[in-house]
Amino acid sequence: MASITFREVEGSSLKYWLLFGGLGLFVLFGALAWNTMHHYGHVVTGMDNQIVWGLPHVFAVFLIVAASGALNVASIASVFNKPMYKPLAPLSAILSLALMLGGLLVLVLDLGRSDRLIVAMTHFNFKSMFTWNVFLYSGFFGLVGIYLWTMLDRTVKSYSKAAGTAAFIWRLILTTGTGSLFGFLIARELYGTAMLAPMFIIMSFAYGLAIYLMVLAAAYAWTGRTLGDAVMMRLKGLLVVFVAAVLYFVVVHHMTNLYFAKFHGVEAFILRDGGIFTTLFWVGQIVIGCVAPLVILLSGLGKQRTWIMVACGLVIAGGMAQMYVTIIGAQAYPLDMFPGLIENSSFYDGVVNSYTPSMPELFLGLGGVAIALLVTTFAIKVLRLLPASLDDATVAKLEH
Amino acid sequence: MSELKPMSDQTPASPERRRFVGGAAAAAGLAIAPGVMLHQVAHGRPEEQAASSAVRWGMLVDATKCAAGCDDCVTACSTENGWTPVAESKHPKQAPQWIRKLELQDPLTQVETNLPMLCQHCAEPPCVDVCPTGASFKRADGIVLVNRHTCIGCRYCMMACPYKARSLVHEPLNDTQKPDVPRGIGCVESCTLCVQKIDRGDGNTACAEACTAAGHNALLFGDMNDPESEISKRLRELPTKQVRADLNLNLGVRYHGI
Repeated sequence: MASITFREVEGSSLKYWLLFGGLGLFVLFGALAWNTMHHYGHVVTGMDNQIVWGLPHVFAVFLIVAASGALNVASIASVFNKPMYKPLAPLSAILSLALMLGGLLVLVLDLGRSDRLIVAMTHFNFKSMFTWNVFLYSGFFGLVGIYLWTMLDRTVKSYSKAAGTAAFIWRLILTTGTGSLFGFLIARELYGTAMLAPMFIIMSFAYGLAIYLMVLAAAYAWTGRTLGDAVMMRLKGLLVVFVAAVLYFVVVHHMTNLYFAKFHGVEAFILRDGGIFTTLFWVGQIVIGCVAPLVILLSGLGKQRTWIMVACGLVIAGGMAQMYVTIIGAQAYPLDMFPGLIENSSFYDGVVNSYTPSMPELFLGLGGVAIALLVTTFAIKVLRLLPASLDDATVAKLEH
Repeated sequence: MSELKPMSDQTPASPERRRFVGGAAAAAGLAIAPGVMLHQVAHGRPEEQAASSAVRWGMLVDATKCAAGCDDCVTACSTENGWTPVAESKHPKQAPQWIRKLELQDPLTQVETNLPMLCQHCAEPPCVDVCPTGASFKRADGIVLVNRHTCIGCRYCMMACPYKARSLVHEPLNDTQKPDVPRGIGCVESCTLCVQKIDRGDGNTACAEACTAAGHNALLFGDMNDPESEISKRLRELPTKQVRADLNLNLGVRYHGI
């Protein structure tokens, strides 16, 4: 097998520092947003006692799900022994760590008492899926960190497969845990199903890979390195499979619900009467997130790199729409305490709850995205994560 | 030295008197014992004594007696526990409501039902299951509470509660706080069954007291484990329901007339 030369990005150009500074600015905005929320309380957000998880959770859960998906490329290389993916693995690992960091920061900074994070680290209730996630997230950092080390340090290279396999199994359990945050909720009709765990896993594959592809293409384009079509087309094919699988799970989930009369109300809400949520579901999640990317990638357009990037962008936008519908749509639909009766109260019982995200929420979420990209940008400057070239000839040698 | 002789030498022996004193003491003891036990239940318990699982505090809501338009229970709760009434709040959607009046209407028959909705004090509380830090907990006597000091404000319990019984404190609190009802910004809170009153030995909640004072008698608070308690007797007489009984959470609040 031919060897691949990994090299740091020089990172001294004006463009690099502009990117770095721009991302840093958004991190700063995120910090200011957190400070505002922490100082004034959640009263400055659009969240209330009806919509208790808002836009920050949409960003946080999306980033956490995408983080575990971004590790996929590395897993294919080490767990499934595909040599072509080996040079792509280090970026995959660092991106997954960075996305996880961004997502977790948004999650914990949106706590009502984010200053009490230490309490969450020292008091555990093992019946809570949240507690399990605390361990799953920490373990993810540890295992992926070790995995990255085995990829970067030749002296421990022999442990790479073992570390990669451990990280792979862990990320599957982790996303099961993320999906189960919602799956283990009895109160709301759209949750409370084991379906959410595998659905979140397949969504993580799609979102993570879409982000990975965009970061990879940007890194090579902006540094003037060669990224051959072989890599792009292979990853594109993988994305098609993942996006199609997401669509399959979403269809099965809603079809199952439609068969049960007790879910007719909430399904009608999401699929037909839910206003913004219905629009986000059909236009955002289904058309932009699944159908359009599939059409692009499977048609002749999918041979052009620009269109592959467009498809990736659409998958990411559709993913955000999906999280919005899943997290906020489910809360907007009223709890059905007295089936068949019309409810009225001062606490907004029986009415569809509205939600308008505020600026602090938006910037806290964007701050998480920015920190993930900032960490990645910095990591490729200081670590040898990117192959000097991924031209078709180099990649072809790997497979023989 | 003769003055220092033992008493027995000075006092003539009187077996009858001794028997009488002993008997009286025993009788008094027997008479007082249940009283002392009752006192412990009715007049609270010492701080160092843990809540007992022999007791299960609960409430019976008779919706047939709950008057339309009356919100005396809500006002009493807000006064007792120091939360701002929603009508006075600048942010009604974000204002905490520990108890609320719910108007129900059957679209077919137009029949209206009024009832207060509050934390149902489940025996199997979903909020306690999901709480990552264990801040949500159920006391031995069945009261579901939030530990103000370990709640991190993640709101997972609010996602899990089928009764929308919980509120997050969204803004800094004003000076209406009560010394024995700890609250705080960023923490989740809900009905405590007036735990401060129970532990003090009042034997009733503010909402039930207010309902009785208004002459409606729709709320009855008591120990559901004691077969002789008023609530147990009424629960045996009246057909009652649990809200979302399908979830099998074994609620501490039972409704008649829904």
